[in-house]
Order: sequence, then structure tokens, then C-alpha cells
Amino acid sequence: MAEVVVENVTKSFGPMKALDNVSMDFPDGGFFALLGPSGSGKTTLLRTIAGFILSDSGHIRIGGEKVDRVPVEKRDIGMMFQSYALFPNMTVADNIGFGLRVRRVGASEETRRVGEALELVRLSDLAHRKPSELSGGQRQRVALARAFVTNPRVLLLDEPLSALDKALRVDMQIELKRIQREIGITTIFVTHDQDEALTLADKIGILKDGRMVQAGPPRDVYDRPASTFAAEFLGEANVFDGTREGGGLRLTDGSLIALPEGSETAQSFAIRPENLSLAQEKPNGDGIGSLQAQMVQRVFAGAMTTCVVELSDGRRMKAIALDRDMPHAEDGSPVWLTWKTAQLTPIGSEP
Amino acid sequence: MANILSQDTRRAAGLLTPAYLWLTVAIFLPLAAMLYFSFLSDVPFGPEADWYYTSENYRAFFETGTYASLLWKSIKLGLTVTVICVLLGFPCALVLAKVIQGRSREALFLLIILPFWSNSLVRIFSWAIVLRGNGVLELAVNWVLPFDIRLGLMFTPTAVVIGLVHSYLPYVILTSYLALQAIDNSLIEAARSMGAKRLTILWRIILPLSMPGLLAGAVLIFVPVVGSFMEPRILGGRFGTYYGTVIEDQFTAVFNWPLGAALSFILLAVVLVILALSSPILRNART
Repeated sequence: MAEVVVENVTKSFGPMKALDNVSMDFPDGGFFALLGPSGSGKTTLLRTIAGFILSDSGHIRIGGEKVDRVPVEKRDIGMMFQSYALFPNMTVADNIGFGLRVRRVGASEETRRVGEALELVRLSDLAHRKPSELSGGQRQRVALARAFVTNPRVLLLDEPLSALDKALRVDMQIELKRIQREIGITTIFVTHDQDEALTLADKIGILKDGRMVQAGPPRDVYDRPASTFAAEFLGEANVFDGTREGGGLRLTDGSLIALPEGSETAQSFAIRPENLSLAQEKPNGDGIGSLQAQMVQRVFAGAMTTCVVELSDGRRMKAIALDRDMPHAEDGSPVWLTWKTAQLTPIGSEP
Repeated sequence: MANILSQDTRRAAGLLTPAYLWLTVAIFLPLAAMLYFSFLSDVPFGPEADWYYTSENYRAFFETGTYASLLWKSIKLGLTVTVICVLLGFPCALVLAKVIQGRSREALFLLIILPFWSNSLVRIFSWAIVLRGNGVLELAVNWVLPFDIRLGLMFTPTAVVIGLVHSYLPYVILTSYLALQAIDNSLIEAARSMGAKRLTILWRIILPLSMPGLLAGAVLIFVPVVGSFMEPRILGGRFGTYYGTVIEDQFTAVFNWPLGAALSFILLAVVLVILALSSPILRNART
């Protein structure tokens, strides 16, 4: 168990920069997500920490030790692969025991620790099956047990749940969180699924085009996105942008909206759909902003309803609320889009 | 449903029939004829053919130890050539499949298949030019070394082995390459992440998973080498008498087809017994 530090790591594949001066801390015992669209460099970063990829510059430290020139097999890591990479010629128990046998822990110690790991992932009765005789969820748990059984300094998971169907994935998220809490190993996982990152991680790093766009606890990253990209990638977001005028923001349609305190220069502000509401009358009160809009579409989805409205300059905004809280306005009829000024989050103009 | 099924069956039969018809005509008929000959006293050709049914051709094999010892010599030759081919071919296939990427792999692969494009007789005679006294190899060695040296490789069992290894090496490379290619690289990465050294990965992961391909290649080499006659005859000289050359003599020189046929069927039986005995290993390797 150890802290992992990534310092200014850069890696190019030919003309393409897969990682561009990436830095992030992964404190001891935490559960971290690397989130980004495909091609963002998140898997490259994970494989650089593992040692499969050597960085062009920058450093990786595991437990304070610089490991840039340490080969994979000496880094003392546990890794779970997207394809699970179970050895087809070995039983479940032999798969899990492989790393222990390589470390020559002895037969009785191996049996004991494999037994414990199997119990932790709840597969004790399948110890003598071959991987080909297991279901997807079972394979995933074998791969996980195999990765942590050696008690590595850091556990690296490459899209651990992507091969599972939706229902199983939610079960396994809870399971994964439980196991990570029990073993307490610093764990870094790669995902392109925002919900998964928000559910599991103590800290999320969002990558785009090889750069770390934002890193922080899920709530911070969600509530205070640093860029339009972070705002839109992590959940949904509406963005107001325009030019500063006095204490407010002049939008392209000419209306002026009030801004929260402490947003000196920002010209773009994000607001989550759940923080926008719709009303038939213009609301009044301190700290409430509103704009005239036109109802475009109302999508009912059980408990929640999503409404899309259009502002006078054609910009579309999305609001989500409990169905009973939405006004029953016809498509095309005028509504008031309202929000609390304090919930507008200033974001950088960078992508 | 039943209609669709029968239509599929008919279509499958239509596609399979030509190949099986060809196999029947090209293999089973001549083989059956040979089996028939092997129980005759003489070839039933010509107007004055005088022959009767007999098992003396098979008894001949057991009456003198000559044929049995020649067969044993051929089996040893088969094992030697197979082992050398595996030792040379498997590492080559491993590097081609797992280390080399892109276009250079295609080029190197072409070099391996190249021997298939040349006539086998030409290949063997070119080896004779290389190996003979004062030949290409000896001249080259003497050009490098300061003192005079006589290799004396031509017309030795070593020359036969060299020629056979050259002819059959591509088989084991091709079959091993296909098996190695099918091993997911993430398995190797997973083993490395668990701390395994290269030798452990080779022994515990790569070798077991590529064993079916390796053994297929070994069988493809062993069977024809045991019955080989061209390489022993041309490169072996007076050491070049093997079981295969004796069979060839019966057909081409002595014109004793029944004995040649009987010796061939004994060879076939022995090879089948060897393969049957090793089949548990083959089966194990597959799981």
C-alpha cells in the first residue's frame, strides 16, 4: 500500500501526444477514477503507472520511490485488464495463486491466501473451474482477486466493469467498492462512464486530449467544473456565455443576468439541469435569475421529467425535475426559466 | 424448420462432396490397391503374371532383423530432425509472433515460406554443393580460419539431418506461429504485472498455450521424415540406407512391389501406434 504520484508525465506516440504534462496525486488507500472519452490518454496514463509504457519525461513515484526505470514485474502492482486476461490453461485457484507462486510464498501460504481472496470475491465454490466455465461477472471477480491477492502497493483497473451488462455492472460497482474498502489498497481505475466514476471514486481525474483537465473529489468536480468540457462530460450542463457588463453577464440575446459573488472575470457560467426550473409566471426574489423561454420538448421518464426549452437567441437549455414540479406547458408555449444565482458556476474559457 | 434444415444439409453436402470424392479417388483407392499388393507373391501385371496370395512379405520383416533395425534408424532420424526443428523453429515463431511488429514481420515471414517455392530436389542438390569436400561450406570455413580443416560432412548422417531440417523447419514455425499469434498479449502483460519473469511466463503461459500448434508441427515433421528417402539417398551416401530408401528400392530398383507395399504398411502401422501413444499428451495440451 502506497501513495502514487504522477509528476509532469509526457508521452508521445509519433506526432500524437498521448500524455501532455500530466500530474496527479493518488494518496494512500484511496479509490481514484481516471475519466475521459476514448483517446483521452486515460488508459495510457494507467499503463504508464503500471510500467508497460515508459514516459518520455516526468516521473512516477510509488510509495515515494521513483519507478520510471523499474520494469513492470518489479513494481509490485496488481492489475486488472479490460479483457480480464485470465490464463485459460489454469483453474480459478491457479490463476489467483499465480502471483503468489511467482513470489515463492510456499504451498500452504498460497492455499490460505487464495482461499481468503476467493471468499472476499464470493467465489469459494468455483475454485477448481476453468475460466471458460465462468460467467462474465465471475471472471471479472477472479481477475480482481488475482490482482489484489499479492497485496500489491497499488491496484490498477482498466475499465473493470465495461464488459458487463448494465444490471450486473451496478451490482459489481457496489461489490468493487466493498472489496476496495476491505483491502484498503490504493486503487486507480480507468473508465469512460461518468456515473461509475462518481459512484466509486474518492477523487476523479478528467482527461482530454492527453491533458488533465480537472482533478478533485467527485462532488467538487461535479459542482464546480473548471471547463465547459468538464461540465459537459461529467453529467449534463447548461452553459451561459456572453460579455461582462457591470456585475452581470450580457448574453447574446441581449438580456442581462446577475452573477454570483467572486466570479471576477469569467465569461462562461455552467448550471446543472437539476438546478434549472420552469415556471409559468416570472418569479421574483433576491438571488433568483430568470429568462423568458419557449418550451420545445418535454420528456417523461418515470420519476423525473426532462424539459428542453429554447431562449430567444435559439440556444437550448435542459431542465430536470420531479414530474410534479414541472409546469404543464404545451410545446411551443412560453415559460420562465429560473435558477438561483448562487448555483451558476464560473468556468474557464478553455475547452 | 425441417425444410430449412434439410436445405442446409444439402448445401453442406454439395460443398463437401468434391473434396471427399477426390480424397477417395486419390488416397483410398491407391492405398487399397497397395494393401492388396502387399498380400501377393508378385505384381499381377503382364500376360505371364504368376502370383498367389501370401503373407510372406510381412513375415520377411520379422524374419531378419535388418528391416526392423532400419526402421528404428529411421525413427531415430525422425526424432532427431523433429527435435532440432522444434528447438530452432519455436524461438523463431515466438519472436515473429510476439516481438516483431508491422511490415518487417511480413518480410521475415516470406523468407520462412521461401523454401516451399523451390523444388525439393533442387534444394537437396544445392546442399550437396555446399556440404561436399572442397564445397562452399568448407571453402568458407577455411577462408575464415587460419589453419586447414576438413569438415567431411557430405555423405554422413549429419548431412542427412541438415537437409531434412532445412526442408521441414517451416512447418513447425508456421504451426507454432499460428498458435502463438492466438495468445492474447494481455495474458503476458497480466503475468508480468504479477511479477513473473520472462522465463516463468514462457514456461507457465506461452508454452502450455502454444503446445497444440507446436505438437501439430512436430507430427507434420516426424511422419514424413521417418519415411523420407530423397535426402538420405543424395546426402547420406553409404550411410544413406534408411527404411524409406529400402521401400523406394523395392518399387524402383528391385521391382518387388508386394514387399515394398508390405514395408509401407508396417511403417504406417508403427507411425499410427506412436501417434496413438502420444495422443494423451496431445489431448492434455489442448485443455
